[in-house]
Amino acid sequence: MWLFLATEILMFGGLFVGYGLMQSVYPEAWIAGHHHLDRIMGAINTVFLLCSSFTMVMAVHYSSTNNKGKTIMNLLLTLGFAAGFLVIKYFEYAHKFHDGLLPGRFFAYHGGGPAEQAMFFGFYFCMTGLHGIHVVIGMALISWITLRAMKGEFSSAYYTPVDLVGLYWHLVDLIWIYLFPLLYLVN
Amino acid sequence: MSDHAHAHSSSARIYVLILGALLVLTGVTVGAAYVNFGSSSINLIIAVLIATVKATLVAMFFMHLRHDPPINAIIFVSSLIFLGLFLLFPLIDIGSRDKVVPYGLRVQAQPAAQKQAPAAAPASGGAHAPAPGAPAPAH
Repeated sequence: MWLFLATEILMFGGLFVGYGLMQSVYPEAWIAGHHHLDRIMGAINTVFLLCSSFTMVMAVHYSSTNNKGKTIMNLLLTLGFAAGFLVIKYFEYAHKFHDGLLPGRFFAYHGGGPAEQAMFFGFYFCMTGLHGIHVVIGMALISWITLRAMKGEFSSAYYTPVDLVGLYWHLVDLIWIYLFPLLYLVN
Repeated sequence: MSDHAHAHSSSARIYVLILGALLVLTGVTVGAAYVNFGSSSINLIIAVLIATVKATLVAMFFMHLRHDPPINAIIFVSSLIFLGLFLLFPLIDIGSRDKVVPYGLRVQAQPAAQKQAPAAAPASGGAHAPAPGAPAPAH
């Protein structure tokens, strides 16, 4: 599982490296670009993901101590936070589509600012998009785990699936921990 | 994971504390973004450092690396070290070059690049003139 997580880090790593290089070349475009992002929405999403990580670890904890009811409750809470994350992400994306703040040659914003902003939004959409896909996959996995927990398949003797889905979910949280300051808080 | 079972009585409380610490650090990052530390690079470095503290908390406690066999931490940290190398070498490279113009934005950079064009054009002939800024092909 940890090897898989390492490959995940390196997959996002390519984007982070590209981001780092272009930020060092075009700092002014990055600052102009990030002004179009809503810090409050980003911060709320950070809180959502941190809380979901917490409820996930509580689910792992309760499944390992044979507490079926609280396991299911925490898994459902995790799903709820993840859904909240995606809803906010939807509003952010819709806003950007409306303003024409799109990556590369689709960039159609006419409010001025450096042309390289198009690149900032290229990174923005690639990074948050890939992360969003991970959130959706994570929600599917958590739903699957919730169903199995409802069937009473987990106990202190066997809770590995909960544990591993938890690890995956924490990685998704971990990546967002970096994405949030890098995309929303460049100043 | 076998050691994990021993920590159960106290772990729920630790998780709450970690969540609190993570939320506080999120507030600190947002707050720090409003303070000007001199340059955008310094602000970025501070933000990444805070994020790293948060990531460490998540990895150590939520991902219970603290109780895992060391091999898991070795795999995890080595992936980060390789990511650091991956970032470091291109940064050294790009720092030693003139401003890099990404492909999609090259049209706007043409006036500057055309200064080299007269020198390159006679060598290759007018029929297939090289793209502005590109080195003349050797025949």
